[in-house]
Amino acid sequence: MKFDRRTFIGSAAATTGLLAAPMVRAQGKPRVVVIGGGAGGATAARYLAKDSQGALDVTLVEPTRTYYTCFFSNLYLGGFRDMGSLGHSYGTLASDYGINVIHDWAVGVDRDAKTVTLAGGSSLPYDRLILSPGIDFVDGAVEGWDVSAQNAMPHAYKGGSQTELLKAQIMAMPQGGTFAMVAPPNPYRCPPGPYERISMVAHALKEVNPTAKILIADPKESFSKQGLFEEGWNRHYAGMVERIGPDFGGANVSVDPQAMTLTIDGDVNDVDVCNVIPAMKAGRIAEIAGITDGNWAPVNAADMSSKMDPNIHVLGDAAAQGDMPKSGFSANSQAKVCANAVRGALTGSTVFPARFANTCWSLIDTNDGVKVGATYEATDEKIAKVDGFVSATGESDELRAATYQESIGWYDGIVADMFG
Amino acid sequence: MRRHLLLLAFMGAASHGFAEVGGDPERGEELFRQCSSCHQVGQGAVDRIGPQLNHIFDRAAGEAEGFRYSAGFERAAAGGLVWTYDTLDSFIENPRVLVSNTRMSFRGIAEQQDRDDLLAYLRLFSSSPANIPEAAPTAAAVDHAVAPEVLAIVGDPAYGEYLSGECTACHQASGAATGIPSITNWPTEDFVVAMHAYKEGVRAHPVMQMMAGRLSNEEIAALAAYFESIR
Ligand SMILES: Cc1cc2nc3c(=O)[nH]c(=O)nc-3n(C[C@H](O)[C@H](O)[C@H](O)COP(=O)(O)OP(=O)(O)OC[C@H]3O[C@@H](n4cnc5c(N)ncnc54)[C@H](O)[C@@H]3O)c2cc1C
Repeated sequence: MKFDRRTFIGSAAATTGLLAAPMVRAQGKPRVVVIGGGAGGATAARYLAKDSQGALDVTLVEPTRTYYTCFFSNLYLGGFRDMGSLGHSYGTLASDYGINVIHDWAVGVDRDAKTVTLAGGSSLPYDRLILSPGIDFVDGAVEGWDVSAQNAMPHAYKGGSQTELLKAQIMAMPQGGTFAMVAPPNPYRCPPGPYERISMVAHALKEVNPTAKILIADPKESFSKQGLFEEGWNRHYAGMVERIGPDFGGANVSVDPQAMTLTIDGDVNDVDVCNVIPAMKAGRIAEIAGITDGNWAPVNAADMSSKMDPNIHVLGDAAAQGDMPKSGFSANSQAKVCANAVRGALTGSTVFPARFANTCWSLIDTNDGVKVGATYEATDEKIAKVDGFVSATGESDELRAATYQESIGWYDGIVADMFG
Repeated sequence: MRRHLLLLAFMGAASHGFAEVGGDPERGEELFRQCSSCHQVGQGAVDRIGPQLNHIFDRAAGEAEGFRYSAGFERAAAGGLVWTYDTLDSFIENPRVLVSNTRMSFRGIAEQQDRDDLLAYLRLFSSSPANIPEAAPTAAAVDHAVAPEVLAIVGDPAYGEYLSGECTACHQASGAATGIPSITNWPTEDFVVAMHAYKEGVRAHPVMQMMAGRLSNEEIAALAAYFESIR
């Protein structure tokens, strides 16, 4: 078969209307505002600026000056990384890519006027708006917990200080104490994340506090890479980890942050550290913009445009897109599809068909790495899975070590792809 | 179609029952001369520039004790490459199909009969050649090489640039390599050969098999054209 780009573009255009007359602006360049400088937003801003070579005016709104990745934050808990190695600045995006980086919160979106209001008071006009605000927590998801309790019972599900706090608490546990986790219901950021965390906490405790116990209250029947994690826990941390699933009340929990108790199905447990990972929803600004349906923002798979507003695109964890897991890899993949489509719409550049991929590595113990991955395509209805794989139980030590090495390479690769 | 054949060959290898082209070990011994400047086989064979080749069949790649392999080889080995008739056959045909940047600078043996003869000779020095066919030739040769017309496709670098976004989630555009190999500055043909080997499952890495598996010949050519353009 001969390559016929027209067929590709034709089919992409048919589903999205992307080739509709590019907006040509009389004065100034078309403006793209990106809210959120994480895995989705930083990648989108960088690709838009890089590929349009000055034809677009790209603004990135992000309150923090240093982005601490959630990915590899579990390795920090396990003692495999230091915090500094997880922090990334926006300097290169501003200096080398000409992106206007504004360190502020977006607090409002006026979809009719096509402007974004910042906490500082100013207003940013846009031709296209890209939202990649990550997650927030569902109010009242875990009885007894709200964000005001996040110091006593950290979630550590946003990067940086929460992760440091959790690590300090783990290190301060009394000998033989209990680390508890309230695991989240689906869908949530990073499906293997809580279980990689258990592995890394177990690794840290095994070194300094070998008689400590780990207790998980889990509302889910099953979880990502379950066979691999359970094999690893038996192998490396025998007798340390206890998981209470929904059959035994794992979905019926409450906490008391003052008393430091976790109650599972009426059973009160005294715990020394309690990592509460509540149910999640799209970052608040998506709701404020009025583009959510329930907890998430539904999007069209071909270009990640909001189903509620064709001038807004939503990336990463905040989007309801179909089959992709909420991961940094996914957000990065979606960002490139979106950047290509937005640039095409605003400058008339060629729009290539959407294609997505994800791979998530997890570390179970020293040199014991595993991975899961899949490819995806855009259908009219959603982002649909095409093909996938997962590491097998019983793999050789060499392969596991190579997989861990590979994950280090991936980390360096994706942050370079996000921040330049 | 080629993929189909390959699969059949692998399945046959697993069940010991497949027919392959038979080889002549005496002719193979002569052909081995071109290998012997680097490799030894037989009684007293030791590692030289390349590892000794006794018991090569069924051996996991990169396992010759004491031999220092290239990084590319160690990666292929960690990925689970095992020397069977089929993998040896494709490696001898073109080493780069299986391992990039191997120190084995050998252009390969194009003729199926020559490869069969050579492998028939090498099998004499393997104690458990369970996967070596005894039967007379009936099956068609397995073709591992990338067809010339596929190699000749001229790709669209703009499309390749877009597609390369799938690569740079892991492989750094700067060429820096930490745990994941660099993919910049490769000879274009090596790049295309390696991608087709993943696509057809000859190379073992599951992420790469998955990523390459859905690239069309034109898309592989487009990627090659893009990476060529930024060299
Ligand atoms: C413990 C853990 C381990 C993980 N491990 C992996 C892994 O190994 N691999 C992987 O691929 N993924 C992993 N993830 C998931 C990954 O971190 C997320 O899926 C990814 O960060 C999502 O990208 P995003 O752009 O949607 O959100 P984020 O990366 O969270 O970025 C959102 C950004 O938006 C900003 N923001 C929010 N609201 C506003 C506003 N109103 N105005 C301006 N800015 C705003 C925030 O400050 C933030 O910087 C892990 C997550 C956790 C918690």
